[in-house]
Amino acid sequence: MSDLKPGAPAARGLLDRVAASDDELTTTTTLTTGGGGVRGQGKQPRRPFKRYFRETGWRHLVGIGVAIFAIFPLLYVFSASLNPGGTLLTANGLFSNFNFESYVDLFNSPRHPYGAWYVNTLVIGLVTAAGTVLMGALAAYSFSRMRFTGRRFGLTTLLVVQMFPQMLAAVAIFLLMVAIGDIFPALGLNTQIGLIMVYLGGALGVNTYLMYGFFNTVPSSIDEAAKIDGAGHARIFFTIILRLVAPILAVVGLLSFIGTASEFMLASVILIDPDKQTLAVGLYKFVSDEFSKNWSIFAAGAVLAAILPVALFLALQRYIVGGLTAGSVK
Amino acid sequence: MTTPTIEEPHTAEAPKPTKRARRATRIAEAASGGWKVLLFKVIALGIIDAMALYAILVLVQSEQWLIAGIVLAVTAFANWIYFSRGHLPAKYLIPGLIFLFVFQIFAAGYTGYVAFTNYGTGHNSTKDSAINALMLSAQERVPDSPAYQLTIVEQLGELSFLVTDPDGDVRLGGEERPLEPVDNAEMDGGKAVGVPGYNTLSFAQIVADQQRIADMAVPISDDPNDGALRTPDGSVAYAYVSKLVYDEAADTMTDTRTGVVYSDIGTGAFTAPDGTELLPGWQIFVGFDNFVRAFGEESIRGPFFSVLTWTFVFAFLSVFLCFAAGLFLAIVFNDPRMKSKRYYRVIMILPYAFPGFLSALVWAGMMNQEFGFINVVLFGGADIPWLTNEWLAKFSILLVNLWLGFPYMFLICTGALQAIPDELQEAARVDGASAWQVFRNIKLPLLFVAVAPLLIASFAYNFNNFVLIYMLTGGGPRDVSAGVNVGATDILISMVYKVAFVGSTSDYGLASAFSIIIFLLVGTISVIAFRRTKALEELV
Repeated sequence: MSDLKPGAPAARGLLDRVAASDDELTTTTTLTTGGGGVRGQGKQPRRPFKRYFRETGWRHLVGIGVAIFAIFPLLYVFSASLNPGGTLLTANGLFSNFNFESYVDLFNSPRHPYGAWYVNTLVIGLVTAAGTVLMGALAAYSFSRMRFTGRRFGLTTLLVVQMFPQMLAAVAIFLLMVAIGDIFPALGLNTQIGLIMVYLGGALGVNTYLMYGFFNTVPSSIDEAAKIDGAGHARIFFTIILRLVAPILAVVGLLSFIGTASEFMLASVILIDPDKQTLAVGLYKFVSDEFSKNWSIFAAGAVLAAILPVALFLALQRYIVGGLTAGSVK
Repeated sequence: MTTPTIEEPHTAEAPKPTKRARRATRIAEAASGGWKVLLFKVIALGIIDAMALYAILVLVQSEQWLIAGIVLAVTAFANWIYFSRGHLPAKYLIPGLIFLFVFQIFAAGYTGYVAFTNYGTGHNSTKDSAINALMLSAQERVPDSPAYQLTIVEQLGELSFLVTDPDGDVRLGGEERPLEPVDNAEMDGGKAVGVPGYNTLSFAQIVADQQRIADMAVPISDDPNDGALRTPDGSVAYAYVSKLVYDEAADTMTDTRTGVVYSDIGTGAFTAPDGTELLPGWQIFVGFDNFVRAFGEESIRGPFFSVLTWTFVFAFLSVFLCFAAGLFLAIVFNDPRMKSKRYYRVIMILPYAFPGFLSALVWAGMMNQEFGFINVVLFGGADIPWLTNEWLAKFSILLVNLWLGFPYMFLICTGALQAIPDELQEAARVDGASAWQVFRNIKLPLLFVAVAPLLIASFAYNFNNFVLIYMLTGGGPRDVSAGVNVGATDILISMVYKVAFVGSTSDYGLASAFSIIIFLLVGTISVIAFRRTKALEELV
């Protein structure tokens, strides 16, 4: 691990080495894996088509087929959104029109305040994600670094609680929010703060385990060194540990944001006024109100609503997938 | 040489007074925490305390002693923890735990409680308020009631009726304040329009407060038999008389018109001898009635069992199909000779990245019977009822869930395959195993160990995959013979939602009972499954 600077000759050497090891890896796996019953005979510059097809060509055919299956509905909804005034029927002519008017109309419907839904979703998602990350990190830190009575019990309880998704308690949560609303109208039914609080209730159960595993991978000698240098627990946590576990914080925050943004059941039960609803609730109502009539407007709304989660997901997919598998396989 | 250097600190530390050491730690702690942390602590706790204090005041005012006590105890406990030394774990755990207790553990427990009550439409309050509501709702307009000229006035937020009766007498009253004569009203064309000390509501204000005004019933006199005044529009009031009379001693309601006596027979509503109930009733504890209904009542048991079966079939097939597709693709794309895998990967991940509720709505559009893309374009104008035929709807749901779920399975299978060390396969090949044998006897078992917990999690997720079902088919096609609002593709969780929140009647008790049943099912399955995978892990 020499200190590399961009453009330094050392970097070139490293790149070469990576390329070389890549090559090595390829050849060894060709020889050993040999999937599909192929006897590896070393590399040849050009294979006859029949052999090419038997070895990798059919894989591309499968890939193309699956890719079409995967992307088709997305292309369909995108094309529908470019067809202003379009109904479900006219949306069938794919990309017959190319016009962004529906995206403008989307924001001009007083009965369906799309702009408000979008802002609500962002606010609720971001606040919930931030709260989830903070509370989860605090809990994971204490479980990972401190030994106290009830620690084992606490960890087991969190595992058990995970099995009871909040959705199942939707009725009880609804009644609870009605009761809270009678006393504190600002926190009860039909308030976004109330919904955020409900989501935060589910924060610990799902994410603490994921974070706990990651916190354990940070060597505790780091904390001890900081402690010897005179840092208190708060400083160790906020300025040292949190930075070291930043990847898992990003994953948990992102998963929480995406999960919250597409949550429907609780949001539909708690948020009543159209102005307060989230995209999931609003767009569902929109579709059920005028299903085939304003399909292009719905499609535009769907495209806009999906852009952010999809972009975030693609940008961070490596971490998300890693986090998903790591967390669940413990 | 080394011994003295080690001993030195020891000897230096031992004689030092503990007081000084304590002071040193305190200084170190203060220096490390810093005034910022302290400030943050004080402000955050201050806000929470202020809110808690307000909560307690409101709760005490509405005489909710128990909850007020709990709020007080929790706040005091939190303050004690954060301002005392030590209790580190508690300091880090409290924020999350409070939310967890209220909105998850308490909510779960409350679900259990509601499952044993008859809570729902017509049974959502106490007996006293049910009696009041009955008396009010049974009020009928006196057929030959004169029209009372009405002005709505307001004092300190409380609305009152200022009425001018046909004889020209002016009287003022509000809810639970019978009408009293007024002498100094401002008159305008034979109608009182204002009273000193009260604000007259403008038309716009009346419109804004429409519902509240329409709900007002102002007693005409001290004797309830005289009835009350109500107004449909805020400008004219009419006399209303209740046809029900409550007899407190006998605990019965009597309909004065028909003479039928309704009595409290312990079902949470006043019931006539012939079984007719007066609604609203009130909330009572019904024991295992909801569970008995779920398993016993014919019109609920049938649909409940078919929903239960479909839930298992759906969850199992979803996991199985997605896993099979994902594993197949992972094997196909796990070939080092294949080029441009990355592009396929990005495209295949898209369905997983696209928000699930939107996917379901888009597919619902594409599968529309008359106008959908699949019927009109792919099947050349066919009329296939993708979402409205019982079996096709089930098939469609599985297809869409395959679309939603295969990328995830593809990703985890790829990861798991790549994590299998090459040496194992090499050794097997050297021993003469065929490619299929390597896959079947080495890769697959190792893969299963890695992904089994994820498959269980996926099963539990699909067991409660509400969004897909509700957005795609809404649970339909509806089963018309069922006593509850369920359809052919409903799973348990969507049935809970529909029983509790969709349609004109809600049955929170029954919905909660179903929730408890789901919890028991998922919990049992998960425990068994995790046990078995643990056994699997230990084997390998």
